Formats: sequence, structure tokens, C-alpha cells
Amino acid sequence: MPRHLDGNALAGVLSEVFTADVTAARARCGNCGNTAPVAEAMVYPDAPGLVARCVRCNHVLAVVVEAGDRLVLSLAGLDTLELRAPRA
Amino acid sequence: MNALHTAAMPDQPRARTAWHTATIVEKLAETPHAVRLTLAAPTWPGSEPGTHLDVRLTAPDGYQASRSYSVASSTPAGNVVLAIDELPDGEVSPFLVQDARPGDQLEIHGPLGSYFTWLPGRSDRPVQLIAGGSGVVPLYAIALAHDAAGDPAHLQLLYSVRTPAEVFFADELAALTGPTFGLDLVYTREAPHDWPDPIGRLTRETLAARTIPASQRPHIYVCGSTGFVETITPWLVDLGHSATDVLTERFGGL
Repeated sequence: MPRHLDGNALAGVLSEVFTADVTAARARCGNCGNTAPVAEAMVYPDAPGLVARCVRCNHVLAVVVEAGDRLVLSLAGLDTLELRAPRA
Repeated sequence: MNALHTAAMPDQPRARTAWHTATIVEKLAETPHAVRLTLAAPTWPGSEPGTHLDVRLTAPDGYQASRSYSVASSTPAGNVVLAIDELPDGEVSPFLVQDARPGDQLEIHGPLGSYFTWLPGRSDRPVQLIAGGSGVVPLYAIALAHDAAGDPAHLQLLYSVRTPAEVFFADELAALTGPTFGLDLVYTREAPHDWPDPIGRLTRETLAARTIPASQRPHIYVCGSTGFVETITPWLVDLGHSATDVLTERFGGL
């Protein structure tokens, strides 16, 4: 089984896309419905880019690929993402 | 107090993530395989304890590599302390450990992460920190901030490390111990002379004996290699802690 890290490792690349930190947001898996902070997802860094998988069912939640000046983000496996309202 | 704001401390605006240019102002040997880098980064906004940043290196041919490192400081804006363990096959850490010199410039991106963070005054429940190897770095930042704020909540650090020479921030951690901060070391390969405890991997029995019991409902932070975190976390749940009280961060040569 390839080694994995966790969703904390997504903070840098996702900060290029979102204005708020997404790793503390709660994500709902599009397959099994498990809801957990993005930081608790399993992140596989050895694929091209970073692949985040559901900690319960292993479903692919998100894929981030950086290639030169392009960043490609797939959130197809995520049902919902719940962020805390930005603090004033 | 507004009903929507029930935290004990008023929320501060979170520092926005950005790229910053940092200059190495000091490089010290932290352990035989790790260095402590102090960086001057005039635009760095400061960071919450537990956060990390990305360091990006650019080779003369334009090839770039970046890696994440936890911030070891609880310091004012403009100043960053990192403790970096060399991974022999790494792309970034061998340069930082072997080749980087005071005066060199680095690109840093952060502060990053708001999940694995601790802030003074947020809770009066005790806090159990559990570190494996260089996973102690963000937990040291939390212990520093706890001390600097005079936060009354009890903080306990259980630190699993191979040998005495490989303890990060050994003197600083010893100096922080007191009525509200306790330090427990577990040596996995070699211990100081006359060390009373067995040498070897952290066991479930030691974890149970050396951590704050579930009856006190501690907030728990676990940081280490993936194997360390995934061994410890189920034990904590078996010991009666709620999985939602256990925050985890894995590292490993990403």
C-alpha cells in the first residue's frame, strides 16, 4: 500500500485556490457520506499531484495537480464542504 | 456577550497566507541529523501555534521543489524558527541541513493550516500533546505559546524519540516544565544512563500510564510519522477518548 499523509498537507496548494483555510473545513464524502475535517483525509503524495481519499471508505475526494503555471483541482468526490464563516 | 461569540477569547483575524522572502539569520545543530534555522521574514505576519509553512527552493535551471515544515516559534511577526530533520532521499531537507548558510534567502509560503492549532484561552480543558520524533516541532510551538500566555490549562507532552541526542529543543522543553507543563520522554533505541523506564517503542500500556486520562477530557494533539500516528490514535480511542478530541498531523517526506 502506498504511503499516505493527511489533509494537513493540502493547506499550501489549496490556499492558492481558496481565500480561507480549507483543511479545517468539514467535507462530506460523495460515496459513503462520512463527514470529517479535510485535514483528516488520507492524502497520497506519490501520484501525479495530491490525491485525498475518504478515511472511512477510501473514495477519492479530491485531486490537485500542479503543472507549470496551471493548477487543476477536482472535487468530484466531495458532496459538500462546510467552512466556518470568515472571522471579522 | 453576543450569543454568536461564545469563545473565551475574542477571535483574532487569521493571518492571510502569502509568499514571503526570508533570510536565514542563524543556523544551529539541533540533533545529529537536524538543524534549527532562524529566519528573518519582514512581511511574515506571525502564526498560530501548530501551523506549518512551505519552503520553496528554485534551482539555477528553474526546477522548483517545495516541502512543508512546522513552525517551531511562537514569536512575533517577522521572525520564524524551523527545525528541520534531514531525509536522506529528500529534495529540500538535505539542502537546508547541509548547504544552507546564514544570509541565504528562502521563499516561504504560509502560515498554513487552521486544524492542528491551539490558542490560549479557548478552553479550560487540559491538553495532551503526543510527539514521535521531529513531530514534536508544532507541539513545541504550542508549549511555548502556552507558557508565553500564562494559560492555566494543564499541558502534558509525551515525546517518543530514538536517543537522547535526538531530542529536539531538549533544553527549552526542560525549561518549560513546571506546574502547568509536564514532559514525559520515551526512548525507543537508547536512553540516558540510569534511565528507569524500559527502552523501546511506545506501548499502549505506557500511553495509558503517561497521558491524561479520558475522564479529564483532554484535547489531544498527535504528530509524527504516519505509522506513529496510526498506531497511537486507535489506542487513544480504546482508552475512552472521543475521536473528535484527537487532532492528528502526519509527516513524511512529502
